[in-house]
Amino acid sequence: MTVPMITVRAAARQYDEGPPALDDVSLTVVPGEAVAILGPSGSGKSTLLNLIAGLDRPDSGTVTVNGVRVDTLSETASARYRRGTLGMIFQFFNLLDDLTVTENVVLPAQLAGMPRREARRRAGELLETLGIDRHAGAYPGRLSGGERQRVAVARALMNRPPLLLADEPTGALDTASGEDVIGLLAALNADGQTIVVVTHDVRLARSCTTRTIELVDGRVASDVTTGVAAEPIR
Amino acid sequence: MSALGTVVRSGVGQRRVQTVVIALSTTMAVTATILGGSLLVASDDPFDDAFTRYHGAHLSAQFDGSAVSAAELSASSGAVDGVSATAGPFPMVSVVPTVELPASEEPLGGPNTGPPGTTSPITVVGRGDPDGEVDDLALTEGEWATEPDEIVVAADRPEPLGTTLTFADVPGSPTLTVVGKARSATRTADAWATPSAVEALTTPEADLAYQMLYRFADADTAADVAAGRDAVTSAVGAEAMTGSQSWLAVREDLTRETALFVPFLGAFGLIGLLMSVLIVGNVIASAVGSGARRIGILKALGFTPSQVVRGYVVQALVPAVVGTVLGVVAGNLLAVPILDQTETAYAASGLTVAWWVNVAASAGILVVVAATALAAAWRAGRLRTVDALAVGRTPTAGRGLGASRLAARLPVPRPLSLGLVRPFARPARAVAMVASVAFGATAITFTVGLSSSLSEVLAATANDSADVRIQPMMMPQGPGAESGGGPRETADHGAVAAVIEDQPETAAYYSTARTEVTVSGMTGAVAVEAFTGDASWGGYEMISGRWIEGAGEVVLPTPLLAASGSAVGDTITLNHEGVAIPVRIVGEVFDTTDGGKTVFTDAATFADAGRPVTPFDYHVALTGGADVGAYIDAVTAEVEPLGFAALPGSEEQESSVTATLNALAAMLSLLLVTVAVLGVLNGVLLDIRDRVRELGIHKALGMAPRQTIALVLASVALPGVVGAAIGVLLGYVLHAVVMPAIGDSAGLRLPQVVTDVYGPGLLVLLGVAGVLVAIAGSLPPAGWAARTRTATALRTE
Repeated sequence: MTVPMITVRAAARQYDEGPPALDDVSLTVVPGEAVAILGPSGSGKSTLLNLIAGLDRPDSGTVTVNGVRVDTLSETASARYRRGTLGMIFQFFNLLDDLTVTENVVLPAQLAGMPRREARRRAGELLETLGIDRHAGAYPGRLSGGERQRVAVARALMNRPPLLLADEPTGALDTASGEDVIGLLAALNADGQTIVVVTHDVRLARSCTTRTIELVDGRVASDVTTGVAAEPIR
Repeated sequence: MSALGTVVRSGVGQRRVQTVVIALSTTMAVTATILGGSLLVASDDPFDDAFTRYHGAHLSAQFDGSAVSAAELSASSGAVDGVSATAGPFPMVSVVPTVELPASEEPLGGPNTGPPGTTSPITVVGRGDPDGEVDDLALTEGEWATEPDEIVVAADRPEPLGTTLTFADVPGSPTLTVVGKARSATRTADAWATPSAVEALTTPEADLAYQMLYRFADADTAADVAAGRDAVTSAVGAEAMTGSQSWLAVREDLTRETALFVPFLGAFGLIGLLMSVLIVGNVIASAVGSGARRIGILKALGFTPSQVVRGYVVQALVPAVVGTVLGVVAGNLLAVPILDQTETAYAASGLTVAWWVNVAASAGILVVVAATALAAAWRAGRLRTVDALAVGRTPTAGRGLGASRLAARLPVPRPLSLGLVRPFARPARAVAMVASVAFGATAITFTVGLSSSLSEVLAATANDSADVRIQPMMMPQGPGAESGGGPRETADHGAVAAVIEDQPETAAYYSTARTEVTVSGMTGAVAVEAFTGDASWGGYEMISGRWIEGAGEVVLPTPLLAASGSAVGDTITLNHEGVAIPVRIVGEVFDTTDGGKTVFTDAATFADAGRPVTPFDYHVALTGGADVGAYIDAVTAEVEPLGFAALPGSEEQESSVTATLNALAAMLSLLLVTVAVLGVLNGVLLDIRDRVRELGIHKALGMAPRQTIALVLASVALPGVVGAAIGVLLGYVLHAVVMPAIGDSAGLRLPQVVTDVYGPGLLVLLGVAGVLVAIAGSLPPAGWAARTRTATALRTE
């Protein structure tokens, strides 16, 4: 039997006096899956992603990732969990503007204690694979949106994380750049990378994921497994 | 480089303004701390070390030989409570020697040595040997006097070995040769000879005096010493003791020059330290506030809270270490001229900044910086990653909305009202800005006050209220010139006075005679200024009591009152040319001439004692509107043949201490004001960065660059005015505390004219200067905001 990569059981989260952001959500993700979490604004997608990433804690329920109870971790343990288990891609890239592309990409490896030379080599490989090696010494401010997101992907993959989380990865990109990133994620999943993508873009969900979970008002409205990514781009 | 190192390096490199501000404020704090600490050490240690090593006398007392015998003094010394050791009785005498140098030496010079060959009266004590349980004398040159014609002089006296001192006033005009030099820790005499030699120096008219030296079990305070003195007088008889000197007075006298700097530097050190804390706290807190997104990213990537905190602390410590190194260098360099003065005061050499002062100042400041940064960065560690990432920066919504609505109704251009309410949206940052301006205004106010006070000290000391001064012309010194010549002794002073009185523009005048006396109970000579005529208008600032009104009255400066252990209302004895003249102290005057050791009296005091003094110069006040130049020309024509010249009254000169204090104050203030300006600049810059998108929207809506500048300047208006008001008040209070402390350190009480220097107009000007600090700090970022392209600003997250 395959050990699940993510197990969420009866997770609930409520902010202040408002309606629950998440209400009794349970799901399981196995290694190699590419899961899209869909839903309109305010449906609880980002809250669920934050719980999986250990950035937030559920009011009730449990979240287990790669065998680790994420919802009980301290801040420090949570940081160690993220650096060892996760790669994260954000809508607005979240690159550090005062570091070069290479320095941004290398940062997670430095945190994990990877030797400098190996880290540089790995970063170089990633940048080359993602087609942005010519920008290695540039600062993020000089890159286009698509290029910045490729840098973010490279940074997320730096420590070869078992799980890749992406929060609206194409939300800030033009169509061409968006398709570029979609192709990238599909290719990664084809290589066995487990991916969870939060999006409200149905096209993105269908293009690069093997399963689609729809949230409405903090609850799972549907959970559909498609088997393989619909349209590999490359 | 580690991940933390990478982040710290980029943080330090990208936040250049904050980095410079932290470095400068640390430099300032370390510099002032090292200066203050070094002077504290230098002003206490040499004296205390010597006093302990040589068993200095807590009390040196002078007794009238006709009232008590040497045997009685010896017998009584063991019966006094609290006395732990004694030395004496030693015979002592105050006499005027004529000095003849060895053939190989240049003539003695100096302004106070009188005519060549003679010196002031000196106190000679008869001691068989330099050792003893009390006041063990350190022989610095030559050997001890063992023969009746030998004498040992104090180490700080100019006479070299081989000099002969002839005492012409003593029968037989004995001549003693200087065979050694010695230092007394408590300055108990100017010279020492054998007891028989001292007895031989006593004139028939004067009774022999004895010196007793005491050490007390408790002598840490003036009250302890006074209690010991009372115990001695009750054992010996009050009428027998003609004077005494406390070791505390000697220490105060010797440490006066350097002690002047200590409270002053202490004040600046304190401001510097507070400013460092404020700036570091402000910079880090601001960095956390505006760097929430960055913190969020770091945490999302796997930085632990402690790594984030350490990152921000190290970010502050890097420039702080640089600032500390610069501060150590600056502090040591600046200490050189000040310690030079200290060396002169102690006749010591090689005084340097103690290594531990450097280490303590550096470590202390760095600990303060680290603690401040830690407190400020703690928030970064606790910031929830999800909040930082979701919001992008710390939430501000809802703050200052009321003020904003209120400001919108103000009848001022909209950019101004938008700027005016900005402090309400970021109250913490506004408070930090208020503090920066306040510190700058404090520094300016304090420095201006200090400088004004020192000018008043100069004016009060110069005693130059006269419009015209008439003084003897210097006579050419040549082979044919008489020793000690000039018109002083032979001039027709009656004729000079007549010339002054004949001038219709003369409103008032007085003459001053200068001589020297010894005061019973004190070693060494003190200067006397004896007036003919009313000198009360001459610029003498009274602290207590009243000005002299006739013969037998004196006013004394505070240091002389302290040194002689007397107070206003007491009677003391002046010894002049072998005659004892009792005088009553009627007032305390502010004067620092000769270390505040000048006696002011009426010339009739000496005339009545049969020792008239000759006027030296004349001070004239003119009637209102009189032409000083024309008066001088008219008087010169008549007094020049008499050997006199007329000059304008003012002869104000800046002393080296005053010049050093003013220069130090100016430099430290410049540093503080620079840091204050940078502190404001830092705050405004962060604020503009925070709301660059908002500025972009304003620009997109049509806000012109000038309006943008007005908006930014208006945003510092309120903190500027409040900070300036607080700063002026703080500076005023600081001055009110420090000036009397400076006076105390110098053994002076300051008159009101010195302490009360701030007029309403000056205070307003100082407030304006504080506001200028705010404007100077906000202009560069305002220009940057005005130049930022609208599209760029709108694109910024």
